[in-house]
Amino acid sequence: MSDSTNTIETFANQEYKWGFVTDIEADAIPRGLSEDIVRLISAKKEEPEWLLEWRLKAYRHWLTMKEPEWANVSFPKIDYQNIIYYSSPKSKSDGPKSLDDVDPELLKTYEKLGIPLHERAALAGVAVDAVFDSVSVATTFKGKLQEQGIIFGSFSEAVKEHPELVKKYLGSVVPASDNFYAALNSAVFSDGSFCYIPKGVKCPMELSTYFRINAKDTGQFERTLIVADDGAAVSYLEGCTAPMRDTNQLHAAVVELVALDNAQIKYSTVQNWYPGDKDGKGGIYNFVTKRGACRGVNSKISWTQVETGSAITWKYPSCLLIGDNSVGEFYSVALTNNWQQADTGTKMIHIGKNTTSTIVSKGISAGHGQNTYRGGVKILQSATGARNYSQCDSLLLGDKCGAHTFPYLEVRNTSAQVEHEASTSKIGEDQIFYCRQRGISAEDAVSMIVHGFCKEVFRELPMEFAVEAQKLLGVSLEGSVG
Amino acid sequence: MALLEIKDLHATVGDREILRGINLTVNAGEVHAIMGPNGSGKSTLAQVLAGRELYAVTEGSITYDGKDLLELSPEDRAREGVFLAFQYPVEIPGVSNMYFLKAALNTIRKHRGMEEYDAMDFLNVVRDKMKIMKMDQTLLNRPVNAGFSGGEKKRNEIFQMAVLEPKLAVLDETDSGLDIDALRIVSAGVNAMRAPERAMIVVTHYQRLLNEIVPDYVHVLAEGKIVKSGGKELALELEAEGYADLYDETEAVSRV
Repeated sequence: MSDSTNTIETFANQEYKWGFVTDIEADAIPRGLSEDIVRLISAKKEEPEWLLEWRLKAYRHWLTMKEPEWANVSFPKIDYQNIIYYSSPKSKSDGPKSLDDVDPELLKTYEKLGIPLHERAALAGVAVDAVFDSVSVATTFKGKLQEQGIIFGSFSEAVKEHPELVKKYLGSVVPASDNFYAALNSAVFSDGSFCYIPKGVKCPMELSTYFRINAKDTGQFERTLIVADDGAAVSYLEGCTAPMRDTNQLHAAVVELVALDNAQIKYSTVQNWYPGDKDGKGGIYNFVTKRGACRGVNSKISWTQVETGSAITWKYPSCLLIGDNSVGEFYSVALTNNWQQADTGTKMIHIGKNTTSTIVSKGISAGHGQNTYRGGVKILQSATGARNYSQCDSLLLGDKCGAHTFPYLEVRNTSAQVEHEASTSKIGEDQIFYCRQRGISAEDAVSMIVHGFCKEVFRELPMEFAVEAQKLLGVSLEGSVG
Repeated sequence: MALLEIKDLHATVGDREILRGINLTVNAGEVHAIMGPNGSGKSTLAQVLAGRELYAVTEGSITYDGKDLLELSPEDRAREGVFLAFQYPVEIPGVSNMYFLKAALNTIRKHRGMEEYDAMDFLNVVRDKMKIMKMDQTLLNRPVNAGFSGGEKKRNEIFQMAVLEPKLAVLDETDSGLDIDALRIVSAGVNAMRAPERAMIVVTHYQRLLNEIVPDYVHVLAEGKIVKSGGKELALELEAEGYADLYDETEAVSRV
């Protein structure tokens, strides 16, 4: 568009345009990854020296590592030198200008999910600061938490305000050298959340529900650290059922949880990143390392996840059961439709005495989707009286999808009890027709059957989230039958 | 006006023609039995009425309650009052019988402009019907048909029919796999449903069901056509003589 045409519009946009250009010049850093880039990221975030050193160490280690190839997923090689590793919080001008500019398909999905009108624009990436007053909501919320001594905020803030806590726990559960993607994240992580619940405090609300909108720009290399001190308890929600606009293809997040004596952490995720189109084009690669350490006696960490988005999901929320009598739980629903691939599961490492773990995994495959459960239960010699129960069910819709199960058991203590159950079933045309003959539409029939299949996991989700997750499954499976 | 009017109905599965010109008129209040040997097209007729997409209607028409039935989706047929008691009811693991039936009843009620039932209303409706079918209430909490015996599945079908109160009920071999006691219970359930505003089509292989559910009309289906129609005594005749003679008659008809 030349500046001399559209006179009024050009004039009206002038200042805006100028501001936009300045923004870019100030904040863009070159593509690719090097020590200089890591230094630049750290400098932009005004980080202390020790954190820069930590990042550099991770980077140097990453250089020596190879991408894992054991997962049951396939995708073209990622060019790590073609990624921009830092961009400042997205400027308002690079998103759509109004809801009229947003893909109508996306809007339809929001409507079906029952997302409130004022939230739709924000999720679609429209600049709505004037409309949605999230800042004031967040501020009142924070005040309430502070009264109890709970620290909850962005990772960058925590580095500045509570460096001693961050330094003590960062990388203590997922070391920077843990795996290829965790090392990459450690070198370049942009931001994320930090949460500390002090001794004896039970967090009075589900954390992060109020942050559903604000959290959208945490970026592709997110990092979360949650510490529950002695006797503390917290329930944390991550993600959102609404598909979010995101231009980054690779997401490599790290989540670390630490539960001390008698502490409990419940971590719930609903992941609905862009899965790619019907032909398998595009979509997010979600390569996440999540691990919790039950360090204290009688501590408990519970993971619940509903994974419906992303082109590829590679994720194994795990528990290190170190303290005696500690408990680890993993409840998962993973859905793959069209050309999505998921390789997900958990690892339960029993170290302390009388530690128990429960694994309930539900995989749903439709279209050409490939769904893999990969689970490891390790009972070390020290874990006298350890118990594990695993249940792993697969549901198939149609005949072009696949379900795969790889359970690994390693038991080194004869007093351990380990149980494993597995099943595979299929939603057939017969079942759908039966429901339709009773007046229930095909769409409702599928969501009813899928919900029945998943209810053991949904039960574990906080109430509101469970309702949303149920709707989400229905929408995600649309068009997969009939 | 007849509740159901089938005219010159032809239907195929793949490239095989199974129904070859069926004509049948059913009025409200009537019970019609459709008999015939294996492979004559009895079950196909039942499935076509319910809207199974596996079968393609190539010729003819079906008018139901003044509407073109073939234009309606299976769920809309059900909501308009067409009920099929399946020969082989499918299992739906993870979905309780109660949840399933409540969802079905409420979509039908909604379609009819009636208020949806809440859980308490629904339970009251269901309790009475369970008594008629001599069904154990624990069945309600079990997943739909999962782990049911053959007899329990058939009883469950008629129980669903009693709850949904259709205008046209099609019973596809409801007697197959039932012992004599179960047959009596199922038949009593069906007979309790007979009403002036409701019609039934009872598809069966054997006379014994028709001793319990006495039809107003009996039709004999052979090679995709109704070759003989009559009153309830026709069923007894068939029982005595078998279906063998019918083939001669079909041929005689086609020769004319």
